[in-house]
Amino acid sequence: MSIAARTTAVGLGGEGAAGAPSVPHELSELEQKRIIVGYGFWIFLLSDIVMFSAFFATYTVLVNETAGGPSGRELFHLHIVALETAFLLLSSFACGVASIGARAHRDAMYYGAMAVTALFGAGFLFLEIREFVGMIAIGAGPQRSAFLSAFFTLVGCHGLHVTLGLMWLLTMMAQVFAKGYRPDILRRVLCFALFWHTLDIIWVAIFTVVYLMGVAV
Amino acid sequence: MRVIGEAHFDMFATRSIKCCPRAKAQTRRVRALPFYGLVAALLLGGCNWAVLNPKGPVGDGNATLLVDSVAIMLVIVVPTIIATLGIAWWFRSSNRRAFYLPNWEYSGQLELIVWAIPLLTIMLLGGVTWIGSFDLDPAKPLVSKEEPLNVQVVSLDWKWLFIYPDQHVASVNRLVIPAGTPIRFSLTSGSVMTAFFVPQLGSMIYTMNRMRTQLNLLADHPGTFHGLATQISGDGFADMHFEVEAKSPTDFYAWLGQVRAGGPELTPESYIALSKQSVVPAPFTFRTVTDGLFEKILDQTLPPGPGPVAETDPGPIVATAPRLCVGRRN
Amino acid sequence: MFGKLTWDAIPFDQPIPLAAGALVIVVIVGVVAFITVKGRIPYLWREWITSVDHKHIGIMYVTLAAVMLLRGFIDAIMMRSQQAIAFRSQGYLPPEHYNQIFSAHGTIMIFFVAMPFVIGLINIVVPLQLGVRDVAFPTLNSVSFWLTATGALLINLSLVVGEFSRTGWLPFPPLSELTYSPGVGVDYYLWGVQISGVGTLLTGVNFVTTILKLHAPGMTYMRMPVFCWTALATNLLIVAAFPVLTATLAMLTLDRYLGFHFFTNEAGGNVMMFMNLIWMWGHPEVYILVLPAFGVFSEVVSTFSRKPLFGYRSMVWATMAICVISYTVWLHHFFTMGAGPNVNAVFGIASMIIAVPTGVKIFNWMFTMYGGRVHYASPMLWSIGFMVTFVIGGLTGVLVAVVPADFMLHNSLFQVAHFHNVIIGGVLFGAFAGYTFWFPKAFGFRLDERLGKAAFWCWFIGFYLAFMPLYVVGLMGMTRRMQHYDVPEWRPWLLVAAVGAAVILAGILCQIAQLVVSIRRREELRDLTGDPWMGRSLEWSTSSPPPAFNFAVLPHVEGRDDYWRRARLAERGVGPMAEPIYKPIEMPRNSATGFVCAFFATFAGFGMIWHIWWLVAVCLLGAFATFVVFAWRDRTEYEIPADEAARIDRENRAARRLAFAQTEPAE
Repeated sequence: MSIAARTTAVGLGGEGAAGAPSVPHELSELEQKRIIVGYGFWIFLLSDIVMFSAFFATYTVLVNETAGGPSGRELFHLHIVALETAFLLLSSFACGVASIGARAHRDAMYYGAMAVTALFGAGFLFLEIREFVGMIAIGAGPQRSAFLSAFFTLVGCHGLHVTLGLMWLLTMMAQVFAKGYRPDILRRVLCFALFWHTLDIIWVAIFTVVYLMGVAV
Repeated sequence: MRVIGEAHFDMFATRSIKCCPRAKAQTRRVRALPFYGLVAALLLGGCNWAVLNPKGPVGDGNATLLVDSVAIMLVIVVPTIIATLGIAWWFRSSNRRAFYLPNWEYSGQLELIVWAIPLLTIMLLGGVTWIGSFDLDPAKPLVSKEEPLNVQVVSLDWKWLFIYPDQHVASVNRLVIPAGTPIRFSLTSGSVMTAFFVPQLGSMIYTMNRMRTQLNLLADHPGTFHGLATQISGDGFADMHFEVEAKSPTDFYAWLGQVRAGGPELTPESYIALSKQSVVPAPFTFRTVTDGLFEKILDQTLPPGPGPVAETDPGPIVATAPRLCVGRRN
Repeated sequence: MFGKLTWDAIPFDQPIPLAAGALVIVVIVGVVAFITVKGRIPYLWREWITSVDHKHIGIMYVTLAAVMLLRGFIDAIMMRSQQAIAFRSQGYLPPEHYNQIFSAHGTIMIFFVAMPFVIGLINIVVPLQLGVRDVAFPTLNSVSFWLTATGALLINLSLVVGEFSRTGWLPFPPLSELTYSPGVGVDYYLWGVQISGVGTLLTGVNFVTTILKLHAPGMTYMRMPVFCWTALATNLLIVAAFPVLTATLAMLTLDRYLGFHFFTNEAGGNVMMFMNLIWMWGHPEVYILVLPAFGVFSEVVSTFSRKPLFGYRSMVWATMAICVISYTVWLHHFFTMGAGPNVNAVFGIASMIIAVPTGVKIFNWMFTMYGGRVHYASPMLWSIGFMVTFVIGGLTGVLVAVVPADFMLHNSLFQVAHFHNVIIGGVLFGAFAGYTFWFPKAFGFRLDERLGKAAFWCWFIGFYLAFMPLYVVGLMGMTRRMQHYDVPEWRPWLLVAAVGAAVILAGILCQIAQLVVSIRRREELRDLTGDPWMGRSLEWSTSSPPPAFNFAVLPHVEGRDDYWRRARLAERGVGPMAEPIYKPIEMPRNSATGFVCAFFATFAGFGMIWHIWWLVAVCLLGAFATFVVFAWRDRTEYEIPADEAARIDRENRAARRLAFAQTEPAE
């Protein structure tokens, strides 16, 4: 398209032809920043999901390489997995409530819901660590076989993310306590919430691919 | 119309024009006799372009495909390069005879051609590749009147072990085969991943521990060919070359007789010694091989090589092998 | 206390690394001492180390790349000279040393030369071309750079403390597992690449957000310069591919450190899984490198042909097609692993398909020159050199995509020549074109043209001399990474290749001389207009160098090559004469977060390599503390008052008007 040939209706707001890509300039600075930060964090989360995909792919390739050792069917306890799932789902719900509380600047809602999120998250971690320790104690640790290496890495990576998430959660509670509901702190709460919900989505994939398919005949 | 800013460029343009003749003269001076001498050496000195000089049907098929593909692509590439240089030269700013189309930036017809040319070329090459991949699949048995000969190949640090399971002999670093007979290779690795390649006979294939890869080759006529490993396998990698001797069937059976006449035995114990890291100074043979040794290597009954461990005596078979320094360990 | 680290780690018994290391230490100490004595440390800290300005970060990236180019090139000279000598002899480099050199050469060139170079150019140029003040996340940008520098530092440290990996630039198992590589070499590689990989991933996130979300008013996607499109494709690939590298290296690290069995020979490990994973990252990686180079050529060819880029829409489609298809071809790196004809053929054809959009780009560049007025400034020479060289490299690439041909050429010097053909002819020529093209914008003065042209010719001729023989010797059956050989036919070609390396060395010396001479003569070469090349995109509307805030008032864009249109109108006296309305500008504050983070990352990496666990723990805590300190900041921005912005802008406009008036007026 030649340069001179195109004429565009130029509005005062500054957009060009239909489909202006950027954040509309008539939004306030803060709104623009919130969109940009949220967008960027989503891109990061997508990259994190790609990383998990690599671990998932490796797990599915190595799932039968038990090297004469125990397989998933012998090791997994579905009732524990169900409890872990419930904990994560409840903590995700609480996180949603906390997000609402933060946007509404309501202390009780925010701190209360964040505490509940943390509690359920910690509960999930407690169960998972107990599972890992138990497996290692009976000789089914990650050094036993390729299958177990892949299992511990995939599930453990998720658990590591949950742990880091909990540290982030506590930091966000401290930040609001120290500085109030400042816009940049609210942006971080948004990012934290996105992170926490994404971990839940990944857990759904884990309990399906690892546990449910692991014990199926 | 002379536009502001042209002034900057013409400065550069004139400078480069002034430079060129001097540069050209200098290059002419540089092209003295030593250069021609080297060119002569290159062209005359033993043109064994192994890949393009195949001695068997597999290598021949691969080479034909290679040359044909290059030819097809040159049809596009050579005119493209000439056109690029020609256009860049003709439309140089100092050439006032050239027309100037300051706003020409789109042409539907040209776009069509520009997308079509590479697409059609690739479709042709794609078809060639599809057919070639199936025809020249390494695991595909070769069509021949002769019965295939089975050879089992084990890559070790840093040598090649060739086991003839049906003849119950083995050879290290020398592969002797009957000419005109298809050879069915089963390959694995006794340590790290590497690759088996005889350039004049055909395709290369990886060897990996616990896995069996397959290859089929045939040497049309008797001869000696160079073979090597083509995937870095450690400090002794450059020494992992081997000789391939294609003999006439009578000579091959004579060789078998010689091998059975003397030399060490390939047993699990001597295999373990062989699998330790060392370089073999000269090819040698084993007069007998324990049955099922290859399968034991495959299922790791015989474990993979131990890597660089503190080891003083590699054993009687390779006693004369120089120990390679395997680097500092921390 | 010090883990595995002992005095044995320093190569007192190996003269070459010892001497090299000593030289580097002397140079670094000398430079630091010089800067300190001149009292420039505060300036350095304020303007560069803690800067979050995309222009300064970009310049630091390119500087890192240039320094690492010297290190990687010295490795190359050593390899070429060893192979020239080592016919039926051990040469002067024993295998345990030679194997480290080619591994370091590849690792450094890909991760610490090519990546930082293109990311640096993207950093300097993209926000300016989009007409905005900075990237979406400026402090994150600084963190990215410093983490990359950490990786480079760790790799180079392996020269003097310990050893480097001997597996090649990609650590294929089981050779890279603890059994077969018990030393610290592979660990240096793992931590150096892993840490810098995190930095790169953050860059990807940053620029995807910037390019998709931050534009000047009026700049729709189809009005962005093609360099921004290629930067977008590159960063999308980074976001989609680098996490796979992170995961794969993490798995190998777990194998080595905690006895896991992902890729070991024992307990069910699967070597083929590593190959698939690493190349799933590895192939997009090379497109990450080459796409920005394509973008540079689009800018340079159109500018120096005095014509708009031909087929803009086509170029955009082609770019995004390359982006997507590059993710579907990874298996062509291991056709010889025995996947079978079905699988091999599909990937072979997919690999050829990617040649289609690439070919379209070449033709479009040709048509941009067609009917233009081509000026042979050095950026244009690099571009024309690229078009010829890359096409040959592409030919050999499509050739090795023909599966049976690859069965003969895989891992040979033919393959080595192919990828150097496309990386040097494509990525490096593009990087040099971008460097010479945007240097005036970044620093305010041009580079000496004569030395620039000399450098080009040396590189061009040197490249062909060094790599065409490698095609031949690959066809003669020579494989790569050979520390010695005894096939006499190979030797003359390797000698010619060594001469080629020497000619390239001359090119590099020309480039160093060019920089030194240009800095000395910078007043003569000063660019007062902000537009030394008659540019087409928005970066040329700013002064050289641009002020910290890039644009006093964000430009309003009405079409592609909008700056070109406005500049030509301005020459004829047409266009807005009234001054814009200046408003106060908010800019992000500097932050030491990046540097401090990298400091902790360096020591954490070092601790991991040498098993100094307390050091790792302390540094992880330190890194966390750094984040918290950063998060606790109350003032994240500073304001440039409206009249300050106005003053700077008026000065720049006046200088530009004066400088243009002093050249010949238009007829």
